[in-house]
Amino acid sequence: MKKIKELNLPGSVRYAEDHEWAKLGNGTVVVGISDYAQDQLGDITYVELPAVGDSFEQGDEFGTLESVKAVSELFMPVGGDIVAVNEDLGESPGLINEDPYVGGWIVEIQPSDLKELDALMDVDGYVEMLRGFE
Amino acid sequence: MRYLPHTDDDIAAMLDAVGVKSLEDLFETVPLDCRRTRDPDLPGPLTEWELTDRIAVSAENTAGPPDYKVYLGAGSYEHVRPASVSYLLNRSEFSTAYTPYQPEISQGTLQAMYEYQTLTARLLGMEAANASLYDGASALAEAVLMAGRVTKRTSVAISGVVHPFYRQVVKTYVQSAGYKLTELPYTEDGRTDLSPVDNMDEPAAVVVQSPNFFGCIEDLSEVEQKAHELGALFVTAFTEALAYGLLKSPGSLGADIVCGEGQSLGIPRSFGGPGLGIFTTLTKYVRRMPGRVVGKTRDLDGKQGFVLTLATREQHIRREKATSNICTNNSLCALTAAMFLASLGGTGIRELARLNYDKCEYLKRELREAGCTISFAGPTFNEFVVRFPKNDASMYDRLLAKGIVAGLPLARYFPELEGCFLVCVTEIKSKADLDVLVREIAS
Repeated sequence: MKKIKELNLPGSVRYAEDHEWAKLGNGTVVVGISDYAQDQLGDITYVELPAVGDSFEQGDEFGTLESVKAVSELFMPVGGDIVAVNEDLGESPGLINEDPYVGGWIVEIQPSDLKELDALMDVDGYVEMLRGFE
Repeated sequence: MRYLPHTDDDIAAMLDAVGVKSLEDLFETVPLDCRRTRDPDLPGPLTEWELTDRIAVSAENTAGPPDYKVYLGAGSYEHVRPASVSYLLNRSEFSTAYTPYQPEISQGTLQAMYEYQTLTARLLGMEAANASLYDGASALAEAVLMAGRVTKRTSVAISGVVHPFYRQVVKTYVQSAGYKLTELPYTEDGRTDLSPVDNMDEPAAVVVQSPNFFGCIEDLSEVEQKAHELGALFVTAFTEALAYGLLKSPGSLGADIVCGEGQSLGIPRSFGGPGLGIFTTLTKYVRRMPGRVVGKTRDLDGKQGFVLTLATREQHIRREKATSNICTNNSLCALTAAMFLASLGGTGIRELARLNYDKCEYLKRELREAGCTISFAGPTFNEFVVRFPKNDASMYDRLLAKGIVAGLPLARYFPELEGCFLVCVTEIKSKADLDVLVREIAS
């Protein structure tokens, strides 16, 4: 497991308590899981994705990640409609481990309320939360 | 595994270790109204010879083969058990009924389960099978729950000619999980009437059994069409696995889940158990499938090996989100089925199934000529519903007195079928046996 100072935690994304990250692009929000989360899970072997067009509230479960010895649910950092899913994860779920913020993105959301994004943590808040786990 | 009872000294040592004086003290935290105040009312111990006598007397009161000719099926079938199967089962490497706790150390057991999965999936024309469940009824209940997980829906259409016990078990499993069951009636020809399905709101599954409880073979293509039109899973069960030695496999007819009882595949009837829950589905649904699954892989040196796989569905990892609470299988019975299927081979299974079908058709024809009414016109495999000449239900007792058990009286399960009997003929019955039955009925 990585120590907190070894984690790759960019300042350009917002973080949810369940370790998803969310990044605002051209009006949509791209979602993945943090370096901390992928490190804790270990080698990810399977990703269960929602369908494009599904809509969820903030905090709803929208998929699952399966690693060698655990399964974790994915929760919506912001509510909205799924406009795209990362199809590459079907063949290469390990992308989430290798490149959690770019190649390992999971879904793209058309957010219903951008204020929900503001309510998420910035990198400092997230690091502080992780310190609490140590 | 040996049964080792605790001696008084053992019990005293354990009580001492936890710091209580008596068993009474140990159970003190259990509220009084939840405790049994006196010992169960059981007869006293017997010597070995007294016990043998007692069992012998019980056995004499049972109408079983070879003294009786038994035409009972209805979910438990009298079939040949090749000597190769009993011989192999007696090998000590195999004679444990439990999934080993450190499974990968028992490569032989895992390979046997892998072969069982392969053979059952092939028999039913499906892509994937688990390492077995307890019996046909619980397998069907698990199938209904699985259909709910896949479709995220909760209403289920289930045929009223699915075995009544299976329907009971399904109800017990799913009613507390918020499922709504709609029972489908049967038509004049003894098959499921699918028309009520049209009025259902987004069913999770359309569930039938084929051959059904009346022995009739369902029109699975029609079920497939109906289920998939409504976005429901097509689930089909069976009590007589051998039928698929002859019938078109449910997999080839578009089934999503095929499950049922594997007792026919070399497992003795043993007064109704243990059975074998066969469970098969499509690859795209395996992550929603209950039960243990054995996979084939390669180790670090590139050698073939077998492992328990997809364990992340299971409760020791997935906790409350597990696909089911089944965390074991019926290994010894599954192994028996694998040995049975391998002993007969594809051709042997087809021939055995053909024998059942032919003998059954012969008996149907002869009974009809002897004045019996065959209640349903639907095609059958090795079971059918019959009414004796002049609707004389007392015939059953007269035949019993002559050493013939003429099937299962159906009125208990279907009151409208008062006077009807479910008769089963397997390969075990000779033509002479069948002719005796017909002669007795005609006389």
